[in-house]
Amino acid sequence: MRGILFATGLICGLIFSAAETLAFEVEATQVFGPADPQRVLSVLSTTDIAVLAPVITGYLARNPGLGLTYVMATSQQVHRAIAEDAAAFDLVISSAMDLQVKLANDGFALPLPEDLIAGHPSWARWRNLLVSVAQEPVVLILSDQALLPGEPVPRTRRELIALLRDNPDRFRGRVGTYDPAVSGVGYLFAAQDARLSDTFWRLAEVMGRLDAQLFCCSVDMIEAVSEGRLLVGYNVLGIYAGSADVDRVTVVELEDFTLTLLRTALVPQTAAAPGAATDFLRYMLSADGQALIASGDGLVTVEGAAFDRNPHLRPIRLDPGLLANLDPMSRSRFLAEWRAAMEQP
Amino acid sequence: MLRAPSLRRRLVVQLLVLAAVLALVLSLAVQVGAGRASQATLDAVLGAAAQGMAEEMRAEEGGVVIDMQPATLSMLAAMGEERIFYRVDIGGLTVTGYGDLPLPGRLPTALTPVFYTVPFREAQIRVAAVARSLRVDGRAAPALVLLGQTREGQEAIAARLGLQAAALGLAVFLAAIPLALLVARSLTRPIDLLAEAVGRRGPRDLRPVRHPAPRELQPFVTALNSFIGRLRGTLSQTETFIAEAAHHIRTPLAVMRNEAELALRQSSEEDTRARLRGLIRSADDAARSAGQLLDHATVLYRADQADWAKLDLAAMTRAVAARLAPAAGMKDMDLVLTIPAVLTCEGDAVLIEAALRNILDNAIKYSPPDSVVEVSALAEGPMAVVTVADRGRGLGGTEPDRLLRRFRRGDNVGDVMGSGLGLTIVEEAAGAMGGTFRLRARQGGGACAEFCLPLA
Repeated sequence: MRGILFATGLICGLIFSAAETLAFEVEATQVFGPADPQRVLSVLSTTDIAVLAPVITGYLARNPGLGLTYVMATSQQVHRAIAEDAAAFDLVISSAMDLQVKLANDGFALPLPEDLIAGHPSWARWRNLLVSVAQEPVVLILSDQALLPGEPVPRTRRELIALLRDNPDRFRGRVGTYDPAVSGVGYLFAAQDARLSDTFWRLAEVMGRLDAQLFCCSVDMIEAVSEGRLLVGYNVLGIYAGSADVDRVTVVELEDFTLTLLRTALVPQTAAAPGAATDFLRYMLSADGQALIASGDGLVTVEGAAFDRNPHLRPIRLDPGLLANLDPMSRSRFLAEWRAAMEQP
Repeated sequence: MLRAPSLRRRLVVQLLVLAAVLALVLSLAVQVGAGRASQATLDAVLGAAAQGMAEEMRAEEGGVVIDMQPATLSMLAAMGEERIFYRVDIGGLTVTGYGDLPLPGRLPTALTPVFYTVPFREAQIRVAAVARSLRVDGRAAPALVLLGQTREGQEAIAARLGLQAAALGLAVFLAAIPLALLVARSLTRPIDLLAEAVGRRGPRDLRPVRHPAPRELQPFVTALNSFIGRLRGTLSQTETFIAEAAHHIRTPLAVMRNEAELALRQSSEEDTRARLRGLIRSADDAARSAGQLLDHATVLYRADQADWAKLDLAAMTRAVAARLAPAAGMKDMDLVLTIPAVLTCEGDAVLIEAALRNILDNAIKYSPPDSVVEVSALAEGPMAVVTVADRGRGLGGTEPDRLLRRFRRGDNVGDVMGSGLGLTIVEEAAGAMGGTFRLRARQGGGACAEFCLPLA
């Protein structure tokens, strides 16, 4: 990777002068490429910088003179940046499928060229506006202290419910999941779970009785399980759970169904260099790019065959059905049900 | 240069334009029809979805409950990957969805949806609006549900069907081209046939056109026939006038000749007698010219009648030769006839008689005394040929065609008197009856005239 200079790594966006004008909240910013780039591509993403760094450096190596500014924010802030602040980013990558569909549905996305869309399976894109760059299963993680010796690993939600219900003393206060009221992705997972199976509400009740801890992010949950503070983490993003520095954790893809999240990309209408953004996207979707994405931090590349090999994987449907998830009235009703399940007398 | 307009071309162009218009209309009609049909179908689905949303709204403690069904939205978006927008108003306030989604012009009543198309977020969307009322906190509140979708898939299908229809129309159009050519040809065929029939007529044929013609061409044929009639009238008037004139001249000439002969007999003075002889010769020449004018007029008249019959050419030739034998005898000439017993041909007796008389008369007139004129008749292929060969002064280098023209005489006629009409009469008579007349120099001096008529 000659010729590619890395900027100072992770810098807090709030300190960064360029970010001061942005109304939405930035979590981190990193500048890739040469010190004085001729052109700069700006990417707004929810994905951890480390995950996409290999593919970014790979792309910049092929395009000398090109710089890339990577801004990381939460999914809500990403949506707000584009829909409300009309922030000028060239590419938006987010794991919040519902918010991405809403952006595309509401007309904030530019159409992608035909060659980029062609050959992309229909479940991995929506119209010519939104394409999936990676897919990742939503998994159950178990601490190595969660199971007694000889106890079988739960393979389905039913088995998980049985395990939790039969051992309330062991699991009380040591079960964690997303807080759907706080996390968009957590809400998406919970709503999809509820849509796919009735067992979700039973699981929610069981977790409520066990005083489940609620988390904002997968990373925190994995850390807690890894450190032994938690025994069970439910609905955790697979990429973080599978990364090498997480030990003493068992990752389980539940066999009744395992949701598969699609990390999707779109070129917003405010893009200053939509051509360059499309070019980067084309590279990310190419065989080279996908290999680099897979090498990154365990992100699974877009591959239809994965669903044939693993029939329990269910890709979350990428279409305006997701808009129902975002409906505030439906949301408040769902959250009310959730709270009722969690806070039991 | 301005080209004469072609009926066939005009017909073909008009038919092709018609076919093109039909193809276009077909394409548009299919496109509109397909658009309407698919719109009605999609409206029904959209309306049902909006109704479902409205029906599932219910008031609970603390407000209204709306359950957005992801499956419903997925289904609405499925066809053609449409974009979906919705809005729910309760008591005039937007409680969820897109607050800027335009309201319908006419508010729906009860649960019957109202459909309308509006531009929204850079797209045309089709919206179904359903109204109902809810009891919120003990009071009735009007609720309005708007559910909209883009119709790009429908438009694409309609456009595709329209294109297919256009392709079909184009195929029809292409198939119409040879058909149009065929139709044009069959339509103009009677015109061609008529033109051919008129063109085939001989130069002297002034009979009315009796060729079968389509009704549309009848006025033309009638006008043509009326024109021919007038022409014939004029011609026959002229010919009658010439004949009358010739006839009226001949009688006084005969009287004058008789008087001169009488005076010649009574006069003994040599000078006067010489003058009287000259006078008699001139009167003879004038009488012959008048006779030829009469012949010519007769030939023209008979040629117009075209009333042919089967005749024995051999017998007629013998008769004419016999009638002219005295004139030949006066010059001590011999007429040698080589004629079969019977030679039947088709023609008009008066015309043939005039033609033969003029040929023989010419031969005798321009031949030296004591010479032989050979007259033969025979069948040659489809024609009967009468040949008159003399040892006269020949054509004298003049083109035979020139000699056949009216009032045109050879350069070597010398002292022989003549009108220049004789050979013209022969040629016209032959032409009128479908025969020919040829004049050529004869080997060893003299001329050879060939008069041909079609065999019966």
